[in-house]
Formats: sequence, structure tokens, C-alpha cells
Amino acid sequence: MTHKKLLTVACAAAFVTLSAGVQAQYSGNVVKIGVLTDLSGTYSDLAGSGAVVATQMAIDDFIAKEKPAFKIEMVSSDHQNKADIAANKAREWFEREGVDTATELVTTSTALAVMKIAKEKDRIALINGAASTPITNEQCNDVSVHYTYDTYALSNGTAKAVTQQGGKTWFFLTADYAFGHALEKDATAVITANGGKVLGSVAHPFPGSDFSSFLLQAQASGAQVIGLANAGADTTNAIKQAAEFGITPKQSLAGLLMFITDIHSLGLKPTQGMYLTTGFYWDRNDETRAWSKRFFDKQKRMPTMVQAGQYSSIYHYLQAVKAAGTDDTGKVMAAMKKTPINDFFAKNGVIRADGRMVHDMYLVQVKKPADSKYPWDYYTIRQTIPADQAFQPLSQSRCPLVKK
Amino acid sequence: MEIFGIPSALLGSQLLIGLINGSFYAILSLGLAIIFGLLNIINFAHGAQYMMGAFIAWLALTKFGINYWVALIATPIIVGAFGVFLERTMLRKLYKLDHLYGLLLTFGIALIIEGIFRDQFGISGQSYDVPELLAGGVSLGFMFLPIYRGWIIVAALTVCFGTWFMIEKTKLGAYLRAGTENPQMVQALGINVPLLITFTYGYGVALAAFAGVLAAPVFQVNPLMGSHLIIVVFAVVVIGGMGSIMGSIVTGLGLGLIEGLTKVFYPEASSVIVFVIMVIVLLVRPAGLFGRT
Repeated sequence: MTHKKLLTVACAAAFVTLSAGVQAQYSGNVVKIGVLTDLSGTYSDLAGSGAVVATQMAIDDFIAKEKPAFKIEMVSSDHQNKADIAANKAREWFEREGVDTATELVTTSTALAVMKIAKEKDRIALINGAASTPITNEQCNDVSVHYTYDTYALSNGTAKAVTQQGGKTWFFLTADYAFGHALEKDATAVITANGGKVLGSVAHPFPGSDFSSFLLQAQASGAQVIGLANAGADTTNAIKQAAEFGITPKQSLAGLLMFITDIHSLGLKPTQGMYLTTGFYWDRNDETRAWSKRFFDKQKRMPTMVQAGQYSSIYHYLQAVKAAGTDDTGKVMAAMKKTPINDFFAKNGVIRADGRMVHDMYLVQVKKPADSKYPWDYYTIRQTIPADQAFQPLSQSRCPLVKK
Repeated sequence: MEIFGIPSALLGSQLLIGLINGSFYAILSLGLAIIFGLLNIINFAHGAQYMMGAFIAWLALTKFGINYWVALIATPIIVGAFGVFLERTMLRKLYKLDHLYGLLLTFGIALIIEGIFRDQFGISGQSYDVPELLAGGVSLGFMFLPIYRGWIIVAALTVCFGTWFMIEKTKLGAYLRAGTENPQMVQALGINVPLLITFTYGYGVALAAFAGVLAAPVFQVNPLMGSHLIIVVFAVVVIGGMGSIMGSIVTGLGLGLIEGLTKVFYPEASSVIVFVIMVIVLLVRPAGLFGRT
């Protein structure tokens, strides 16, 4: 009896010590994810509430499947695409609310601002919506992951394919801010490398609404291809007005950053035949369809690559937390980089030293209205760009963390 | 032939496009000028009301199959009625207060309206096809002009000068102008001034909605389409002279032309040029080009 009692006490003591030990591994006994995104502005359809839904789906799925020993919480906030608002919110989350990772971060300026604070506070930034390459080059750090896509991969996909198919002369309509110029620069490099020539470009104010002046300048240049180095409403308005002025189909348009929500909004008539590069298409295989239909049931829209990438990145992060047995930034980052990503979004995706997650990208062509058989049936996948060719090679990296 | 290193064909087409954009400025600033002239309200909801015009036309077409021509007449009436409701229930209480209160109220209303549309329809925007009768285009030699763009100029100028005629040359217009100058006296003469004011606000709002329907086939119909435009339109009203009817029409068209030229010579400045002109005009003529000091 005494022996048995002793054993019980010992077991209980061991259990208490053990569980206390485990609990101490998770700050505040909870893993807290902060979704910082554009909930009301230009990018709220491609990221926005859809990204919040995707995050919650990842958390729910992770809890159901992996039965973690830790609690998971999510908070979300609207950064209004402003770097100062994003920075203040991230600081508040990290300092006072015990948030472990700030994520989504559409628009480059907000992503760069939050990356700096994450580094300062030793927390993680998981970037999905922002596109510019400086995130993993000049401004890279060891607590940030750039997950879904970037301007290099976009130009490398679209500009290369269009130039190789005979679109040798280009004229750019460029949104007059960091992202637009980065996109134009990356695309120009790809075009010249493939034997094409850039005849000129015009920087338009952001955001713009009437593009007819700029389109007529592009028309006067005689270029075969008009490259749209802009995003969101700027791109959709430019495409619509190009058709109106009879510029297409004589000259063709290449949208360097387009999301499925843009195609949905414009319809297939003005967009048919366009090439674009994406990290995700819902109708690619059974796995992508299954996940996307679940997403559709909640959001009433098919997911963009940003929203699919958001789910994938959060799930991968939570797996890393479980594997590391802690939410300590260094250990979780190490676990994230060590394990390849294999899910509906990426096959053998790897997070490199510069923070870039490399995975296959897809060159797609927008279907003709007659070929679209059901709602959201918009793309034909023309080419899978393998991970090692889709993104900037590490040998060209300007990130100080990359040892050459 | 080249003018300042720009081919004359390109210059001609840019001037024409400037005139088209100027038509939108003119019709929107006209509505603002009328409202300010009579109500002393700076109607910050004007952009949202323009957006409502475009959205209601789109809803009418996609949900009820109501065509463009019916929408062009019906939408301004619907949105104008909404304006009347706003005036009767809210704006009316602010006439005796500082301008600032009217501005704050209408700004708040604009945010609420835009928020509701954004929540319902998302941000990516909706497409509205050009009506069949106005589809296609004509070659003018120096450019390809979509017929619909030509229609915008015709429709906008007709409405603008029709409005000018009504205010400057008719009896109703005389009452309106008198009501602006001295409401007590006009009231004493047996004219229902509050009704006149309600009508004026409704008409100003209807003009914004009319511009919205005109814009629907050209731009993506998007909850924020008005908020981008409204700041420029305010600058147009200030340059023209607050409350001046002819001033707002002429300035709207003129600034459209200047903006069009800027897009050729120095595109980066095209979103700023209107404000540069505003600063210069305010320094030289604080009451605006057509305003009375």
C-alpha cells in the first residue's frame, strides 16, 4: 500500500514537473498568430478577410489533425496598406499581447516595416501578400519568411514566356511606386536576356483610374506587348480601357501581377488569352480542388495564391512549433527551414537562408469564354516552372545572410 | 509633324482624352458648386454618391436586366431621392452651424456608404459593358475614338449647360439665386425656401449619380471609385470659385485638358498638376477664377 502510494506521489510529482516544464516552453502558454492585412483597401479581395479565414482554417485543421499540447489563438487587424499603422500594431502585438508571429503583410512597405520590428523583438514575420524582392535581398533577416511569390518569379514566368513566344518589343505601364519600378526592372532584365527589347515606359500615378492617355502612348510606341507593371484596380482598369480603345488584340497585354480575383472581376472577354504567373490555381488537381472548395464554402470566392499560401505557411509554422516543442523564435525558424513543405500548395517547398520559400510556380493562360465550363474555370496551366528555376538563384542574392 | 517633340497625332488624342476626363470633372464639380452655393454645405459624400450611381446602374443591369438608357434616367432619380432623404433627416439640422459640421457629417456618410458597398461587393470591382448602340469606335485620323467616349462629352456638356441655363435663365433659377442671396426675404415673398433647398441638394446628388452611370462602362465599378476622384473635383471647385456655376463647368473642362497634356509631357506629375494650379490660383485670386470677392 505504502509502496503503491509512494509510486503515485512520485508519478504525480514527475507529471507536475514535466507539464510545468512543457508549459514553460510556450510563452504565455499559448501560440498566438497575428494576421496583419489590408481589410478595407485595394488589396482586401486578394488578401484581406480571405487571409483571416485561411489562417483560421489552418489553425482548426492543425488542432484536429495534430492534437497539439499547446493552445493556439489568432488576432487580426487592418493595416490599411500603411507602413506606420502596420509597425505600431506589430509593436503592440509583440510587446503587450504576446503575439508570436505577425503574418500576411500585403504591400511591400508594411512587410518591410514589420520585418524590422520582428527582428528587434525576436518574433517571426511570415510574409504572403507583399511581392518585392528586397524582402529577401537587401532587407532580409533571419526571422522572416517570404512564402508565396515575388516580383522576380512573376517576371521570370510571364515576361519570359511572352518574349519567347515572339513578343519581342515591350512598352511598360508602371505604377509609380517601389513595387511598380521593381517589377519593371525585374521584367526588363528577363526580356533583354531572352532577346527582346523594351521600347519605353510610362510611370502612372498610383492609384489611377483613367489609363487611356498612357495606353495611347503605349500604342504610339508600336510595341508588340504592353507590360502592366501594376496591380489591383490599376491593372483591371488598364485592361478594360485597352479593349475599349481597340489596342487589344492588335497589341497584346501582359499583366505582370494578376490574381484570380482580378480575372473574376473583369470577366473572360477582355482577359482571354493573357498569360500570367501564379503560385496557386484552385483547379490544378484533386488536392487543390478539395481545399479550395472548403475555402469557397466559407468565403464565397475561390482562393487567391496569397490566401492559399497563407494557409500553407501557418500550417507549416504550427508544425515547426510542435516539432521544436517551443515557440522560441530561433528554434522554430530552424525547424521551419529544416523541414520541407508538402501540402496542396507546395511540393518539396524549401525555406532558404535568405527567407525565400521556393516552390513550383505556374504559367497559366486565361481561357476563352467558350472554354470556361463552370464558375471560376478561368485558367489553362501552360507550364509548371520548377522551384529551382522559378525564383532568384541564391548565387545572385544580395542578402547578407547567404554565405557564398 | 511634331510639337515640342511630341507627334501632333498623339497630342491631338491626348487633348481629346483630356476633354473626356474634363467632362467628368465638370459634371461633378457642377453638382458640388450648386450644393455649396445654396446650402453652404461642402458635400463630401459626392464621391460616394457618384459611386452609388455606377453601382445602381450595374445592379439594375445584372439583377433586373434594366438597360443602360433606362438606368441613365432612373439612377439619378433614385440616388437623388436618397439625397433628399439625407437633407430632410440630417443636413437640415446643420445649416446654422459652421461649414465644418456639414463637411464632417457628409464625410461620415461617405465612409458608411463606401463601407457598406465594400462589404457587399468586395473591392475588385464589377464590369459594366458598353451599351450596344454606342459600342465600337471611329477612326479620326489621329486616333481611334471609342464612340462611347464621344457620347460622354455630348451627354456631360448637354447636362452641364442645361443646368446652367436653368439656374441663370429661368424663373426657378431666379428663385434659387435669390434664395442664396437672401433666404429671409425670399421666404417673406411667399416662396417655400426649405423645399427649394431640398430640391437643390437632391439635384446636385442626382448630377453625381448621372456622372456615375456615365462612368460605369469606362471604369471598373468599384466601391472606392468616387473617393479617388473627389479630391481632384474639390480642387476644381476651389479653382473655379466656390459656388460659381459657369466657373465649375469651364474649370472642369480646362483642367481635364491641362491634366491630359501633363500625362504626355511629364506623366509623374499628372496627379499633382491640378493642386499646383490650385495653389497658384489661390495665391493670385483667393476667391477662385470665377468667384466674387
